[in-house]
Amino acid sequence: MNTLTELLTFWQAQADKLGQQTVQHIGLTAASLVLGVLVGVPLGLLLTRRPRLTPWVLGAAGVLQTIPSIALLGFLIPALGIGPGPAILALFLYSLLPIVRNTLTGIRGVDAAVVDAARGLGLTDAQVLRRVELPLALPVLLAGIRTAAVINVGVATLAAYIAAGGLGEFIFGGIALNNPAMILAGAIPTALLALVFDAALAGVQHLTGRRLVWAGRTLLVALPLLAGLYLLPRANSKLLAGFSPEFVGRSDGLPGLQRLYGLRPASVVLAPALVYEAARHGDVDLIDGYSTDGRIRAYDLQVLRDDRHAFPPYQAVPVVRQQVLRQHPELAAALGRLAGQLSDSVMTELNYRVDYRHETPRAVAESFLRRRGLWQAARPVQGGVIRLGSKIFGEQYILVELYAALIRGYTNLGVEAKTGLGGTTICAEALRTGAIDIYPEYTGTGLLVVLQPPTAVVDSLGPDPAAVLRYVRGEYRRRYQLEWLAPIGFNNTYALLMRRRQARQLGIATVSELSAFLR
Amino acid sequence: MPPDAPVIEARHLTRHYGSQAVVQDVSFTLQAGETLVLLGPSGCGKTTLLRMLNRLIEPDAGTVVINGQDVRQQRPEQLRRGIGYVIQQVGLLPHYTVAENVAVVPQLLGHPPAQVAARTEELLRRLHLPPERYARQYPHQLSGGQQQRVGLARALAADPPIILLDEPFGALDPITRVSIRREFRELPELRRKTVVLVTHDVTEAFELADRILLLNAGQTQQLGTPHELLFRPANDFVRQFFEDERLGLQLRTLRLADVLTAGFSASQSDDSSIYQSATNILTPNATIQAALELLSQASTTAAQPLPEPTVWVSAPANRPDLAPVPLTYATLMAAFGRAVQQLSAA
Repeated sequence: MNTLTELLTFWQAQADKLGQQTVQHIGLTAASLVLGVLVGVPLGLLLTRRPRLTPWVLGAAGVLQTIPSIALLGFLIPALGIGPGPAILALFLYSLLPIVRNTLTGIRGVDAAVVDAARGLGLTDAQVLRRVELPLALPVLLAGIRTAAVINVGVATLAAYIAAGGLGEFIFGGIALNNPAMILAGAIPTALLALVFDAALAGVQHLTGRRLVWAGRTLLVALPLLAGLYLLPRANSKLLAGFSPEFVGRSDGLPGLQRLYGLRPASVVLAPALVYEAARHGDVDLIDGYSTDGRIRAYDLQVLRDDRHAFPPYQAVPVVRQQVLRQHPELAAALGRLAGQLSDSVMTELNYRVDYRHETPRAVAESFLRRRGLWQAARPVQGGVIRLGSKIFGEQYILVELYAALIRGYTNLGVEAKTGLGGTTICAEALRTGAIDIYPEYTGTGLLVVLQPPTAVVDSLGPDPAAVLRYVRGEYRRRYQLEWLAPIGFNNTYALLMRRRQARQLGIATVSELSAFLR
Repeated sequence: MPPDAPVIEARHLTRHYGSQAVVQDVSFTLQAGETLVLLGPSGCGKTTLLRMLNRLIEPDAGTVVINGQDVRQQRPEQLRRGIGYVIQQVGLLPHYTVAENVAVVPQLLGHPPAQVAARTEELLRRLHLPPERYARQYPHQLSGGQQQRVGLARALAADPPIILLDEPFGALDPITRVSIRREFRELPELRRKTVVLVTHDVTEAFELADRILLLNAGQTQQLGTPHELLFRPANDFVRQFFEDERLGLQLRTLRLADVLTAGFSASQSDDSSIYQSATNILTPNATIQAALELLSQASTTAAQPLPEPTVWVSAPANRPDLAPVPLTYATLMAAFGRAVQQLSAA
């Protein structure tokens, strides 16, 4: 009930966005279907004339179909970058198999005697195709297009990961923020769209004779028109921003910037893993990122200074279950050896080595500990096993490796790493339920994502790191029996990033200057 | 082109599928208005031979000349639009109405719509498919016999001088087959056409053919009139092919004129007064079979002034002075027996 109210409120608040995303979604689906029909039908026809090619073509299309959609997008990004191009291409590839196969099946299903008689009467090959084979194969052919359409409406949600828009923006935002209402806000229209496409094509498919041919022609005109929806001019702006779904929804992300700076750049949504690449290649000009990210250095990006403190402090701190600390008193000391050791620049350097130079987190962690004289060989394991968790990005992997090495070297405890647990909510939940014992968290994240105190409380804490840590530590103890140990040293806060060259050209160094420039 | 030049001329046609020869060195010529039946057991190559005539199959060797022109010099579609084509499975376009199916070729040829419509209506009517009832129906709404009639109408629509038929009555039940075959034979449209018909049904072949080309394993066994195949078989295969149905074929092939060698005389018969009032009269051109059928009807007729069932054979058209001849079972069968004996001995 609550979710329903939230959902309706969300739709009301985001009505224009919902409309825009729906239009984009229809456009993406229709564009890929048009391509699918333009390529798939002739390909299917070719196979009816050259049966020897059939296993090859159907095999290739079948293999394409089995590639997970995320992976397919991943393959296409290096070649085509982000945006509608690769999204439509991926959807097109998915629509090929059903269209080719059904074209082939449909034409093969036409009574050989009818074709023979038609040829015997003096129809040319083209006339046999146009007047006999295609009309008779049309119901089966349309069934293929229908399958492709329904697949594509679903897969098109992934387009949101590569800045191609569509209803996936709400869905992935909702997943990143653990906001069911937001997920539904995208998922329900998607499902409805699939049903509408399916029903419309089913209706066409069940027509007979003349009306079927007529409807087929209408479809040939209507689909490109729908595809054209996608090409409606996008909002014009001096700079195009590309934000990850979580940033768009979090109150200390884009909404915070809008509140404090009045910043409303034209923006697209894309996968967190892609924002840096997108900025580097100039697909977008402004991105959200993290202040210690290694790619800032690698891609020559510039952090815009948050001069009005929109982003709260995000000090990295190991969060541990109190029960584990009681059972293994030696653990706190081992973990404490890292306290204050990693500054922003040191962390950026370590991240750079992992994210950009592709060194393993374990090797980076070991070399760092050796340099600081903290490295000790692993002791024999006696007693319990500590389970370390991490979110799904490099910095967390490095921190987990650092802690794993310290626990092995300074205690007799075993270590089990459960890395890549997705986002904040999953890690927090895992720690609370005891699925993991430790994971590195950031004070700001704990405050805004996990605790979610009233706005008045957040405002009262202000930009003071110590105050935030104090509040988070107290609340975690009280609510979850979890302990925030001493901060590791660096502050990995949200950051707005631009290409250094462009920022310098435009004379933008702070978020205020950016806001002024956009206005 | 001289008036008596052949309409269809097949020269040394050969076709292989893989290493197997399906048609081997087959030749024939066909005059305008003639009906040739390609006859033979299944797989003898008769359909392949037929399909080479309109280039649905290209021969490996040999040529087809139609109206004096090598068919390879024409575009196949152009050629086919001038040749009617009917197949056993009919092959009506299921998404076209009956009228549209019939109109396909005239439309391809660009005939004016009004003319096409009139022609379609005329043909449907002639083939006992009243257009007001059937023109707008779809093929699946028709019976097998009706579908084949539409198929025939479609082949005739553009009034092509040549018609090719591949087992056109093969898929029909026996009763429908006989009735449609009769309609077919009596269709005035077809009288003027040069027809090539494929069948494996000997009775059908004898009923419809001017000449028969009997094939076996792709080779010509004999090419000739039914009479020639029956009474002067070229080899044992031909003889054996007709063995089972020999008597029936003889009854259908021989005509009264063939057996009544000495029957007609200039003198008036005593029974001429009865002949004047008789209704059971045959021309000398009628077959023995027809005479027997009429006799069997005469025997069941009550008003019969003569002691035995009798039919009358009128004088030949070129000799109106001759008197008609009465025939009973006895005289007819005696004459038939004599004639068969003579023909077989010759």
